[in-house]
Amino acid sequence: MLNTVWLVPALPLAGFLLLVLFGRRLAEPKAGWLAATMCGLSFFVTLLVFLDMVSKTAEERSHVVRVFSWIPVGSLQVDLAFLADQLSITMALFITGIGTLIHLYAVGYMHGDPKFSKFFIYLNLFVFSMLMLVLGENLLVTFLGWEGVGTCSYFLISFWHTRDSAATAGKKAFVTNRVGDWGFMMAMFLAFGAVGTLSYGTINSAAHGGSISHVTATAIALMLFVGACGKSAQLPLYLWLPDAMEGPTPVSALIHAATMVTAGVFLMTRMNPVIAEAYHWAPTIIAVVGAATALFAATVAVAQNDIKKVLAYSTVSQLGYMFLAVGSGAYVAAIFHMITHAFFKALLFLGSGSVIHGMHHEQDMRKMGALRVLMPVTGFTFIIGWLAIAGVPPFAGFWSKDEILLYVYANNRGLYVVGLVTALLTAFYMTRQVIMVFFGEAKWKDQSEEHGAHGDFVPHESPKIMLLPLVVLAMLSVGGGLLQLPFTKDLHFLEKWLEPIVEHGEAHINGSWAYDNKYILMLVAIAVALSGIALAVGVYGKKKLPAIEPQILANAWNYDRGVSAFMGGPGRQSFEAVAWADAHVIDGAVLGTGSVVRRSSGFIRKIQSGYVRVYAAAIVIGVLAMLAWFMWRGVA
Amino acid sequence: MLATIVPTSTWYLILGAVLFGIGMVGVLIRRNPLIMFMSIELMLNAVNLTFVALSTQLTDINGQTAVFFVLVVAAAEVVVGLGIIVAIMRRRSEISVDDLSVLKG
Amino acid sequence: MELFVFICAAAMVLAGALGVVLRSNPVHAALSLVLTLFGIAVMFVSQQAEFLAAVQVVVYAGAIVVLFLFVIMLLGVDRAENLETEPLGIQRPLAIILSIGFVALLVTTIVQGRDSLNMRGDGLITADSGDHDANIRQIARSIFSDYVVAFEVTSVLLIVAVVGTVVLARKRKSEKDLSGVSA
Repeated sequence: MLNTVWLVPALPLAGFLLLVLFGRRLAEPKAGWLAATMCGLSFFVTLLVFLDMVSKTAEERSHVVRVFSWIPVGSLQVDLAFLADQLSITMALFITGIGTLIHLYAVGYMHGDPKFSKFFIYLNLFVFSMLMLVLGENLLVTFLGWEGVGTCSYFLISFWHTRDSAATAGKKAFVTNRVGDWGFMMAMFLAFGAVGTLSYGTINSAAHGGSISHVTATAIALMLFVGACGKSAQLPLYLWLPDAMEGPTPVSALIHAATMVTAGVFLMTRMNPVIAEAYHWAPTIIAVVGAATALFAATVAVAQNDIKKVLAYSTVSQLGYMFLAVGSGAYVAAIFHMITHAFFKALLFLGSGSVIHGMHHEQDMRKMGALRVLMPVTGFTFIIGWLAIAGVPPFAGFWSKDEILLYVYANNRGLYVVGLVTALLTAFYMTRQVIMVFFGEAKWKDQSEEHGAHGDFVPHESPKIMLLPLVVLAMLSVGGGLLQLPFTKDLHFLEKWLEPIVEHGEAHINGSWAYDNKYILMLVAIAVALSGIALAVGVYGKKKLPAIEPQILANAWNYDRGVSAFMGGPGRQSFEAVAWADAHVIDGAVLGTGSVVRRSSGFIRKIQSGYVRVYAAAIVIGVLAMLAWFMWRGVA
Repeated sequence: MLATIVPTSTWYLILGAVLFGIGMVGVLIRRNPLIMFMSIELMLNAVNLTFVALSTQLTDINGQTAVFFVLVVAAAEVVVGLGIIVAIMRRRSEISVDDLSVLKG
Repeated sequence: MELFVFICAAAMVLAGALGVVLRSNPVHAALSLVLTLFGIAVMFVSQQAEFLAAVQVVVYAGAIVVLFLFVIMLLGVDRAENLETEPLGIQRPLAIILSIGFVALLVTTIVQGRDSLNMRGDGLITADSGDHDANIRQIARSIFSDYVVAFEVTSVLLIVAVVGTVVLARKRKSEKDLSGVSA
């Protein structure tokens, strides 16, 4: 069964090709059903592969399926091969599973859109690329998927391309990702230079065996982290993610919550032996950047009024948590949080999409309110998502966040405090969002004229096709914590499952104070979450406390503006200087060579004077030279 | 006393070299194509003389055989060359190879 | 005795060569060439290559020089070349330098290598040993056994030369109608 793992990316690819050829003919909604079916079949195959893996022993679970030799050039031998092991199948499961749910949702959400089938073309292509990314056996196949998801992200963000802001957002996402991709490429070059291959198995065993020097391992780890910063929207390169909310909500849910942005975390986990071989300050940098991002994004989310922007910054913040975990050596916790985050963030995004759909594409939260009565299912599932992300037990988010905080406390107390403050803010802004949207006064009653003026505007519940994924994701958000309960070792399912992958990089905290007193830390986390909720209720619900939403937070600490100013000013000047150098220096050298040749040939051709006697003289000179040379050879 | 000096093949070789040089000067300096041709014949004769001298020195008959063939080829070459000269120079008043300088670069 | 013969023959050769190169009248130059060829023939005889001497006189002096004279007559006997001027200024000094250099090089080679020329061949049978037609027999043996292919090829060469020259030097039927031929 493991040999059929190549079907997993092949099915969405087939869906993509079929839709390219027949999509317009199939039209709505069959194109959507086709895409969803392909994704669903892929999930089914992944599930079968997973069950087959479960039945094997831990050593047998890793399996390589080689499709063909892709780049056989001298010492660089790269195969198009898939590595089906615990980590990749776990990722593939939730990518295809949540992907299928989102496909179904999109059939309902994109109803009436003129480019309906094109949307599903891109969605299937995206799922294919993401699966190539996680199932790749070597860095180059992963990079193929990496670039593929970046491209699809660009297509999907700028899907409504007639809107200037959407087109710009797509470009911004692509360009920012490219900057990160440079890091990935440098890491690939370094890895190839150090080990001679790009295959994960060889690189990781070389790292563990000590064949990679500390310097090289550090360089590789940090370069990969640069790539991860781009793809997973960490602090210097996060700016594309909030703008990416211009895309349709299913896009935001799939790409920017559940799958693409987790690619960076996946990559770091995949290469954890290399990170373990790096100098100690390298994972610390990763952890610090992650923590800073988490805090930064959480502060900004407090002041956002667009329902999707809150969730966007929330995603950046949660991704910061995952990198904080990676930097603290808690790879299992990072993957755990990735999975639970996929569940509840997709749920929240789809829920917000449902709200937007019901509010006739109104996205400003200040114009919503008291929607839970009119949109009961959406409201109920959104509330479950809210409790999950806020970190309230027994919902999924609590268990994964707690696991991360446990490892962080054992590693670095300062970062633990940052994580705790961020948890407080997370609970705060999410509660704020829930109150503004679903509770409070119905502010949409004043807006009836703006929405087509068909009498009284009343928000309505979404169709069942959109509600079904919400319900499924809500159930997963409730039960997702069961993957790794901290009470006894026997309940550490995820840890045992992933152990062979992360054994070399995972931090071991069994003897530390944190581990022995994990219940105290758990209670602290619960207390923080509840106080965040209480604060928000006080400010926005009961209106007892003043709302503090300074403009600087709404502008994301003016970071975006700073980057634009730099790029517009000194950045542009340096680019233009480089372009000038290219046109004049490099092109000049090339063209100069040509003109030199031309001029010298013009000079030399005058030797052909046309006079026979001159030619005879030339022959004699040549003969003389030859004779002299032969004589000199004879004498010597 | 003079009668005891026997000209060795070296003398012949040096004479051949000088004859070759004179022929070369003729080819380079003279403008009349017929005279140029005759100079080339001088050079060929110098070569023949060299061949025979070496044939005597090395007591190998192949040198003289080579002269035989050189003679034949020289004859054929003269035939063709003079034919060309006649064809080109037939209608000119002043014959000079410098007039044939149309193919210049 | 040999020395005397050598000096006379050398004088003939060099005088004739200088005459060819330096005389402006082409007929004088042709006659100087004959002088050179005779001198060469004498030298052939003194080196016991009698057959070649005979062939030299018959073919070279007898046929080739006569051919030259025919062409000189055809193209105008009185077309003497103007030796005073030289349109290509560099040509004369260059020619002198090159030929002096050439001759110097060759003479050096000859003088340097004269000790390394040793008997190598199968031996020459000369007329001294009492055999009068030894030379011609030896040459004949060499041509018709070792070089018989070259011999046949040269016969073809002669035919080709003759035919080619006839074609080359033909006068066209009517010079004025050449433009309309390709219709």
